[in-house]
Formats: sequence, structure tokens, C-alpha cells
Amino acid sequence: MRRPVAVRVVGPMQWIVYPALITVAATIVLQTPVELFGLHLPEPVIPMVLAFAWPLIRPSVLAPLVLAGLGLLLDILTYGPLGLWALAFLVIYSVVLASRSFLAGQDTAVLFVWYAACCGLAFLLAYLAMAVITGMPASLISLALQVAPTLLLFPFAHRLIERFEDGDVRFR
Amino acid sequence: MAFRDGPFENIKVPLVWTAAVTVVVAAVGCVLLLISDARAQNSPYQPVRAGVESVSGPVGGVFAAPVRWFGHASDYVGGYFFAVSENRRLKRELAELQPWRDQAIALKNVNARYEAMLGIRPEPPVAMRTARSISDTRGPFSNARLIDVGSAKGVKVGNPVINEHGLVGRIVGTSPNISRMLLLTDVASRTPVLVDRTDARALLTGDGSGNPRLEFVRGAGSVQAGDRILSSGDGGGFPRGVPIGVAAKGIDGSWRVKLFSDRGAIDYVRVMLFEDFGQLIGPDDLNAPPLAALDTVAAATPAQAAAISDAAARRAAAAATPPAQPAARTPARSPAQSPAQSPAQSPAQPATPPAPSPGGTE
Repeated sequence: MRRPVAVRVVGPMQWIVYPALITVAATIVLQTPVELFGLHLPEPVIPMVLAFAWPLIRPSVLAPLVLAGLGLLLDILTYGPLGLWALAFLVIYSVVLASRSFLAGQDTAVLFVWYAACCGLAFLLAYLAMAVITGMPASLISLALQVAPTLLLFPFAHRLIERFEDGDVRFR
Repeated sequence: MAFRDGPFENIKVPLVWTAAVTVVVAAVGCVLLLISDARAQNSPYQPVRAGVESVSGPVGGVFAAPVRWFGHASDYVGGYFFAVSENRRLKRELAELQPWRDQAIALKNVNARYEAMLGIRPEPPVAMRTARSISDTRGPFSNARLIDVGSAKGVKVGNPVINEHGLVGRIVGTSPNISRMLLLTDVASRTPVLVDRTDARALLTGDGSGNPRLEFVRGAGSVQAGDRILSSGDGGGFPRGVPIGVAAKGIDGSWRVKLFSDRGAIDYVRVMLFEDFGQLIGPDDLNAPPLAALDTVAAATPAQAAAISDAAARRAAAAATPPAQPAARTPARSPAQSPAQSPAQSPAQPATPPAPSPGGTE
């Protein structure tokens, strides 16, 4: 007699809601005013991890909506113009979604190059939008100091993709 | 008939398409938000920001508290280890500052007498509220902090914020217990400043870096490296003379300011409850047409009406009189002839010079 195989269904709570909550918590924690020897905590744009990983895991209607919500929350928490980071995340989501068939199953190095390119595109978009809104282009050194820690978050994006890409047999 | 039983029962929309449509709709919404908000103080979303900040502020305060305790503990321990060297340094500084203190007292006395003589109305003392920084936003696009006082303690949008070293920023949003402070380094920050040595005016413009730019510097050679930069008070947003920093040349050749407020951690700050004089009058009143206030003036008394009609009649009579010959008017303008004029023609001229007042300033 053949024994039934337990099918693990990974719902949106596992790959959308919990990572989104972790992202919000990490953003708030990193905004703690710590200054040690004149140095502050790094402030990466943490939801960039989700904007890159979610379309690779699987297409979803809920994911871009949550991503837009995360972007709006980030805009409020960082006192940025409402819609700035939400728009940047959605652009990254759409780019990765369009290139999903190419990126699926690629090597880690290829994924990192794409992640770096997506980060560059998002920061370029935010830089230009802020230059138009405020009439003053931001300091490039300050920009690089935020891009670098955001790039260092790639292992989390890779881990998320590895964890959930084949988590649901219906999407294999 | 249910939808699945209809002619569309076999139509399956790929999940990628639905996701793409969702992305497009959300992106359009974001663009509209971006256009309509732009961090303006009169933004319609300001209550939403205040609501989120009033929730996230206390959470940030929970994380900031252990950091502050650790800082106090390390200061307490460090105070024992560095007590001798600190004592020597403080004695040296005290000896250097003694002449400055005497000079400041003398200058304050002289300045008070000048103000009294010239009838200058000095600025009233500004009330302050001490606050703690509970959240810190850094990065190229925003440099702002949340502080733990709000409108319940009288803090208003536009109030300047200082620490023990100098100007830090200004309030851009308030809720009852939390306020948002925009730092001088923020890319949207603009502060009118002056150069202490030359009194030249400039605009301090943040660009997300640690040292904001000095722009629109007026006058050639009006800034040198090491010049002290103060708030100018132009526009009424800040009181005049608040220390800001020291001018320095940036690596890109532009004038920048090394902020005094960076000499220590911006953990405790003071909010100056400074009333912008622009708030004392409504913008509609400033933009009112000339003489619009005449509508609000009370009706003239009979005596005033008689004086006005008399002056008007005299003016009309003078205009009707043909101009006299210049030769005939010349003696009348001579100082030698002025005593011959009747008192009625020069009522304002006193017969004798006024006696000096006994409480004079000589």
C-alpha cells in the first residue's frame, strides 16, 4: 500500500507577511540613535531584499501590494516623500518579474549581479526624484554609504529565494 | 448563473499577468502620492505621518533607552579613569575663559546702554523645552530625528532646535507627544545664515552629507576658512545669532560648514519655542491691497472732519494760486529772513532751543 505523501503548502504568511514584519522591525531597530566613536548604525534599505526575492519566488498579487505598503511605511519612517521608495520597489519588482524566466535557477554570482543592478536602478530613481523635488542633488558620498550596506544584504535575499522557491510543489 | 458556468469558465489568466497589473496600478498610485506630497508642511498626509510617528516613536524610545543607559554607564566609569586629565584640561580652559567672561560682562553692559539710548526693542527671551532623541534617520535623502516632546508642551512646526553646541535643525511635524525634527544636513533644509566676520548673508543648504553647503554667498571674499557662521534671522524663522558652525572649503571646491552640533551626540536637544514674526499676521493680511485697512478705521469725529476739510481747502487754494516769481521767493528762504516770518507761518519752529534734559546721557 502506498503511503500518502505530506504536501507542504507554503502560504503567503510564510513568504510574504513574516518577512515583511521582520523588515519593518529591522528598519525601526536600525533607526536607534546610536553613536559610538562618531559612527552611527548603518541604514540600508532593507525592503530591497524583498523587492528582489519575491518575484523570483513566485508571481503574486499580494506581494506588490505589500511591497508598496512597505515602501510607504519606509517613506514615513525616514521622513521621505510619500511614494518614493514604494515606487522604487515596484520598479525593481517589475524588472525582476519580467526577467524571472531568465533568473530562475541561475548561479548565486549571477543573482548577485542582478541584485546589484536592481539596487543601482532603485537608488538612481530615488536620487533623480529627490533632486527634482528638492532642487538639490544629494551627496554622492552619502548615497554610496547607503548603497553599500544595502548590497551587503544580498545573502538574506538569496536565503529567502532558496527557502521558498521550491517550497510549494504546485509552483515547481 | 454562476461565473464559472458561463462562457469564461475556461479562461485562465496567468498569475504573472495579474501580478503585473497589480504592480502597474500600485505604481500609478505611488506616482500620484509622490506628486501630491513631497514632504510639504501643508501636505494633506501630514496627519497620517503624525499618526505613524506617534506609534513608532515610543517603540524607538524603547530601543534608544538601553543605548542611553549604556552611554551613561560608560561616562560614569570613564569619569573615574580620566578624572585627573579632565581636571587639568578644565582648569586650563577656565583660565583661558576668565578674560572672555569679563569682556562679555562689559560688552553686555555697553550693549544694554546702547539699546536704551537708541530705543531698540530687544528680542524677548525664548522659552525652551528639553527633549530626547528617540529615532534617527540617516542617508542621502533624509536626515531627520524623532524627539519626545510634542504639541502638548507647546512645540510647533518651525521651532528651531539646538543642542549644547549650536543649531541642530527645526521642527517639521508634531503630534501630542512626538515631534519630527529636520536636521540642517537634510537635502530639503534651507537656513538663512550670516558670516560673523563680514556680516555677509548666505543660505545654508543641506545635501545629505555631514557638512551642508553655503550657497548664494553675497560679496567677493566675504567668506574665509574658519569664519564663524551664525543664523541671520532673515525671514523670521530663526532668531539671529544662533551658532551653527565654521566655514571650510569642501573637496569639490564649494564652501561648506562644519557644524558645531556634530561635536557631540545629538541625544538631548532643546526646542526653542520661538515665534516666527511671520506668524503674527496672516498671509492674507500681508497680501491685502493697499489702504484696505481704511475700511476698518472708525468714523472721524467732527473735530477731525473739520481739520481734514480745512486742510483740503487750504491745499485746493494753494493749488489755485499762481506760482510766485523765483526772485520774490528767494529772500523768504534765506535764514536771515526767517525771524521776520509770522509765528502762524512756522508754528513748528520753537522760539528757543530746547533745554537739555537733566537725565541726559552725557
